[in-house]
Amino acid sequence: MNAQSTDIATYNFAYLDEQTKRMIRRAILKGIAIPGYQVPFASREMPMPYGWGTGGVQVTASIIGPDDVLKVIDQGADDTTNAVSIRAFFKKVAKVAVTTETAKASIIQTRHRIPEQPLSAGQVLVFQVPIPEPLRFLEPRETETRKMHALEEYGLMHVKLYEDIARHGRIATTYAYPVKVEGRYVMDPSPTPKFDNPKMHRSPALQLFGAGREKRIYAVPPFTDVVSLDFEDHPFEVQTFDQPCALCGAENVYLDEVILDDHGGHMFVCSDTDHCEKRRADGHHGHLAPETHSASEKMEPAE
Amino acid sequence: MDIATQSIDGGFAEPVFNAQAVFRAIMDAMARPGTIQNLPPLARPPASLSATAGAVALSLCDNDTPVWLDPPLQAETSVKAWLGFHTGAPLANTPADAHFALIANPKEMAALDGFAQGTQEYPDRSTTLILLVDDLASGPSLLLEGPGIENTSMIAPPGMPRHFVEQWKQNNQRFPRGVDIILAAPGSLSCLPRTTRIKTMEA
Amino acid sequence: MYVAVKGGEAAIANAHRLLADRRRGDRSVPALRLDQIVEQLALGVDRVMSEGSLYDRELAALAVVQARGDMIEAIFLVRAYRTTLPRFGYTNPVDTGAMQIERRVSATYKDLPGGQVLGPTFDYTHRLLDPELAAGAEVETPAQRPAEPEAMPRVSAILAHEGLIEADGDMPLDHVPGDITREPLQFPMARDIRLQALSRGDEGFLLALGYSTQRGYARNHPFVGEVRIGEVELELDVPELPFAVPLGSIRVTECQMVNQFKGSAKAPPQFTRGYGLVFGQSERKAMAMALCDRALRASELGEDVVAAAQDEEFVISHSDNVQATGFVEHLKLPHYVDFQAELGLVRRMRAEYEARENEEKAEEKREAAE
Repeated sequence: MNAQSTDIATYNFAYLDEQTKRMIRRAILKGIAIPGYQVPFASREMPMPYGWGTGGVQVTASIIGPDDVLKVIDQGADDTTNAVSIRAFFKKVAKVAVTTETAKASIIQTRHRIPEQPLSAGQVLVFQVPIPEPLRFLEPRETETRKMHALEEYGLMHVKLYEDIARHGRIATTYAYPVKVEGRYVMDPSPTPKFDNPKMHRSPALQLFGAGREKRIYAVPPFTDVVSLDFEDHPFEVQTFDQPCALCGAENVYLDEVILDDHGGHMFVCSDTDHCEKRRADGHHGHLAPETHSASEKMEPAE
Repeated sequence: MDIATQSIDGGFAEPVFNAQAVFRAIMDAMARPGTIQNLPPLARPPASLSATAGAVALSLCDNDTPVWLDPPLQAETSVKAWLGFHTGAPLANTPADAHFALIANPKEMAALDGFAQGTQEYPDRSTTLILLVDDLASGPSLLLEGPGIENTSMIAPPGMPRHFVEQWKQNNQRFPRGVDIILAAPGSLSCLPRTTRIKTMEA
Repeated sequence: MYVAVKGGEAAIANAHRLLADRRRGDRSVPALRLDQIVEQLALGVDRVMSEGSLYDRELAALAVVQARGDMIEAIFLVRAYRTTLPRFGYTNPVDTGAMQIERRVSATYKDLPGGQVLGPTFDYTHRLLDPELAAGAEVETPAQRPAEPEAMPRVSAILAHEGLIEADGDMPLDHVPGDITREPLQFPMARDIRLQALSRGDEGFLLALGYSTQRGYARNHPFVGEVRIGEVELELDVPELPFAVPLGSIRVTECQMVNQFKGSAKAPPQFTRGYGLVFGQSERKAMAMALCDRALRASELGEDVVAAAQDEEFVISHSDNVQATGFVEHLKLPHYVDFQAELGLVRRMRAEYEARENEEKAEEKREAAE
């Protein structure tokens, strides 16, 4: 089936040709069978630039079918331009149903966040990954890092984290915080804030990671141990915010800082827009919430 | 029906969507070992290759994946012709060269460690075994634990390889190297990735 | 009252509309036709085909105009289309010795069988802007020479005849060439894989690296044995047919660089090779590629790896301009979730620092007061 057809160029359902999908599907299966191991795959050029989520898009394009419901978020939000753009891409090339509601999605493609609402069995979370190798900034050479993974030689990572403690008094990694999967592979969770790391641990959802430019796919099956690296005297801890969401009043969620003026005025609002909207629809109010009684009313585009 | 016609017939009616549906069933089964994924008969391969195994082969195999056939399948020209026509997959000379192995008679199959195990650097370069089984419930119970399983799960495929539990334990010990198994039963499939531990086996 | 920023969909649609407008420019100026680009911006089209790894002038021309003349963007467009095309098979190796030559020059011999053929080169043009061209002056038809009765032997073949240059690669006969568009890269890589990566590598990047080898960062004494440009035939073996099926011809530029080599305990003194081959007409790219190829053979030839151009992981991992531009430009995508994480940490550390400072100051005051 051709999603679109013109005289000079035609494209397949979900953009990728079937041979490419098979290749990616095989890599996904290996990734699931070897949790946290980065499976090399022959990443294709995608119609969006490297860095825009080509790995995630290839994974999604390879698993998606006509019955799927897709949600795409960037920075936790469904309405960031790149999330809008990727969602529109799949709407166009796969004619698939899309949603912003976390609970209704069968596939959620994400950049930099994990939704606040716990995922359920049967859902697939697809991460866009820029640099899949957690050891890359300690050792730039692929030949070396591959050996380290093979030998389970992760001392360098602990040294790095410990140097942080020596210099700053704490581990200074705030996002892309390394985790160990099922006690074996050290894995990069993609540049999600470490706030989201605990959500990966024994999640009922399947988590797939696609790095297009670096040509790697990896996976965390459901109910798999994902443990953030730490030290006995410096246990892993997540970010906390000292105020609730200004719009929905949520606590214990990840917040974005919004600058209100140039005199230091700012507010904190949910990074997960779907979560925030749901809460407001349920009648929750933050201290800066709009003075309207129909919380579900559409907001107008701002200048 | 002669072999030529037989080899051309029986592919996916809707290659794009059927392949996706079969893959999702395999992916879900691999992600949640021990769960049974139902699969309508989407492919009609020659009789000795079941509809399920045929569909798995169509969805995963192509020119890039050498396939090994166990002796009963090897003996069937029609199976080789059908796979060749529909997937283009070359036949592997030895189990150790195979990306996929189709096993019609698991009971008599070669040892698991004779297949490609991958390397410590590239553990993904291993054989995925597609075992044809009669069902997933009438054999000895296998109690499963590991990634993808919340507590435990259970399947009971009949006619599994000799000393399977012991062989599988060794497969576990080779992690991250090792083989993965797709169990293809009529109308359904289930998977055993190399991370799955078989806890007990009752008669 | 705070109003959240929304309407990404409309913003994107409007941006695309504006882009289309800017691409078209002044409507009173006739729109470019693809054949005009193919015919008159041929070298730009060649670069797009070469780094886009797709030999199709019309598609490359479309990409150039769609990209508003941004070459990397055009290359990207072509790649993103190429990658979706099914693969029917691989042609037989082309024989550049049998090339229908339009240009062929050697720097190592004054004259040689087949002679020096300048062809359509900029080399001896004076770079004076031509007002007549701007005025659309008529152009003379070119002078013609009779076709060469025999194929021109490649310079490397001439040297090889005397045993003065190393053998052309040592791949076993049954070696199946890799395909970087179908298989993930793996380091260290075989030369066939590396040459593929270089052939679609960014012209500017390879040019700079090649240049660096000339300035002493991995110097390897290059001579242009030969540069040739022309048409080569493509043939495909089809299992059902007893002969190779001709598919047509493509224009390529080939550079054979001859490099000095002292010899070793195992090998007698002889010249070594650097090789460049690209779609279309691009001597700069083919020559830079040949310099880089030779530099990257350092380990194979027992030379110390001391410079960037010799470092395979460095060169090959960064030579692809579609990848490079994507990752550099992706920094403009929102990163505020991560930035918030960093901001939180810096604020916290800052507060602790100030608390410490204040405490120390208070301590000093107390001591001074005592």
